Amino acid sequence: MSNLTELTISESLEKLRAKEISPVELTEAYIKKLEDNKKYNAYVTTVPEKALEQAKESEKRYMSGANKPLDGIVLGIKDLFCTKDIRTTACSKIIDNFVPQYESTVTQNLLDDGAVFLGKLNLDEFAMGGSNETSYFGPVVNPWSKDVKLVAGGSSGGSAAAVSANMCAGATGTDTGGSIRQPSAFCGVTGIKPTYGRCSRYGVIAFASSLDQAGPICKDVRDCALMLNSMAGFDEKDATSARVDVPNFESFLGQDIRGLKIGIPNEYRPDGLNEEIANYWDKAIEMMKEKGAEIVNISLPHTKYALPCYYVIAPAEASSNLARYDGIRFGNRVNGKNMEELHINTRSSGFGKEVKRRILVGTYVLSAGFYDAYYLKAQKVRRLIKNDFDEAFKKCDVILTPTSPIEAFAIGDKKMNESPINMYLNDVFTVSVNLAGLPALSLPIGLSKNGLPLGMQFIGKAFDEKTIFKASYQLEKSVNFKRI
Amino acid sequence: MAVDNEAVKQIAYLARLGVEEDKLEETQREFNKILAWVEELGEVDTNGVEPMFSPHEENILLRNDEVVEGNQSDKILANAPEKEFGYFVVPKVVE
Repeated sequence: MSNLTELTISESLEKLRAKEISPVELTEAYIKKLEDNKKYNAYVTTVPEKALEQAKESEKRYMSGANKPLDGIVLGIKDLFCTKDIRTTACSKIIDNFVPQYESTVTQNLLDDGAVFLGKLNLDEFAMGGSNETSYFGPVVNPWSKDVKLVAGGSSGGSAAAVSANMCAGATGTDTGGSIRQPSAFCGVTGIKPTYGRCSRYGVIAFASSLDQAGPICKDVRDCALMLNSMAGFDEKDATSARVDVPNFESFLGQDIRGLKIGIPNEYRPDGLNEEIANYWDKAIEMMKEKGAEIVNISLPHTKYALPCYYVIAPAEASSNLARYDGIRFGNRVNGKNMEELHINTRSSGFGKEVKRRILVGTYVLSAGFYDAYYLKAQKVRRLIKNDFDEAFKKCDVILTPTSPIEAFAIGDKKMNESPINMYLNDVFTVSVNLAGLPALSLPIGLSKNGLPLGMQFIGKAFDEKTIFKASYQLEKSVNFKRI
Repeated sequence: MAVDNEAVKQIAYLARLGVEEDKLEETQREFNKILAWVEELGEVDTNGVEPMFSPHEENILLRNDEVVEGNQSDKILANAPEKEFGYFVVPKVVE
């Protein structure tokens, strides 16, 4: 079979369980695909030998009937997850030689369920960016690119591109302000940012700890459900991990959505919203109506302030988290004549431009005299943003919006690179969810006139991913998106 | 509130980052753009609003103060840029 890599996770599992294909055969097909698709720069480290060893172990389990939920499924891991004995860089020069001595909880959960890891995926440096252009290893190329090389989105650009181009069956991502959902939308794949606390952050290199959340990027909604079930769960190694039961997400797929109340926020349709995206949004609303859902107009009045709020809080937390990169305990060191000079030399040489910019902004908003005016103020606005969602969810079960206000743009796009704020504005539909800690899933809705994928997003109540899955699955069936 | 070049240098120093002299103007300009943008938050009436520091607002779980994983100095030092006799090596701190 030549197109093994085009199978979804659930299709692969079916064939593996029926012994129509073997885990080794499957892994070999992905290794081949990897070689053919180097041009996308999706992986920064590959471990094909390790993957084949894992596949052989998986094969034994299938033969003995001891196979696990994701046995033999080939995954790519965002290079922000610590993987034992496999280099983990956050795509930063400052730790480009770091080899973790332990495994992150999320990747351990996947390994325990029999998954095979093919390698580590490219991302924006420390997950700070929306186009994967801040990576020390260079940008990821969107597999949907035609004449001009387009960005895959970010920060989980490598994850979305690898899934889209069939270089893994599924990938882990992280989402601090849209980093799973926006690249998923740009690359025509499906990704979910779960509720804050659903997946352990242990061993995930920290960007902004009150916003960071891991989640899967897959070919379809069912695969996201399967993979999230494996990744999620309480972990005593993460103090903010939630002691909440994880339901079997797959069991909600295919459930009737008659009477489901879908909220449409007015504020997500500003004047000048891209017409194609607005039209697709209307089309999605119609599709949900046809399935019997009830459409409810809602208001999220503080939406306008979500971006400035985010761009105070995220840099503040980042400046604190990234203080650990001091050239002493791990990572690269640039010597100086004393400790202070060593710190400054190491950090000046190791961090890229965007990371430095955010550390500076974060340091400023946390500094004496400005803390109240910026940081505390932003945390209060954050409360109001969360309250907006609480009010809205009194009227509806789930919210439907576009994922991104634009389609994938060219690598090195002049306007995007003119000012950092132009890039930040792309997160307009995604950041509120992180501030409020809510779950949200992006799935493809169709192609733009330029032939590029566009995404829609379902936002749910905290720990109510099941309703998101239920609704997304129905929309996915109506859309019937053609993947690469 | 706009910051000047001296302030940029001071913030960079607090963050232990160096800003090259020829990048100072650009850094200051971008910095001020971002500040002016986030100052939109000033429009919002937040009187009496409790700040929200995390979506996880329950009490954080505590565990007993016991060693659960110990004796792994080799692992801890494995990625050290410079090490000797089981220690991290740093430039001389005390004269």
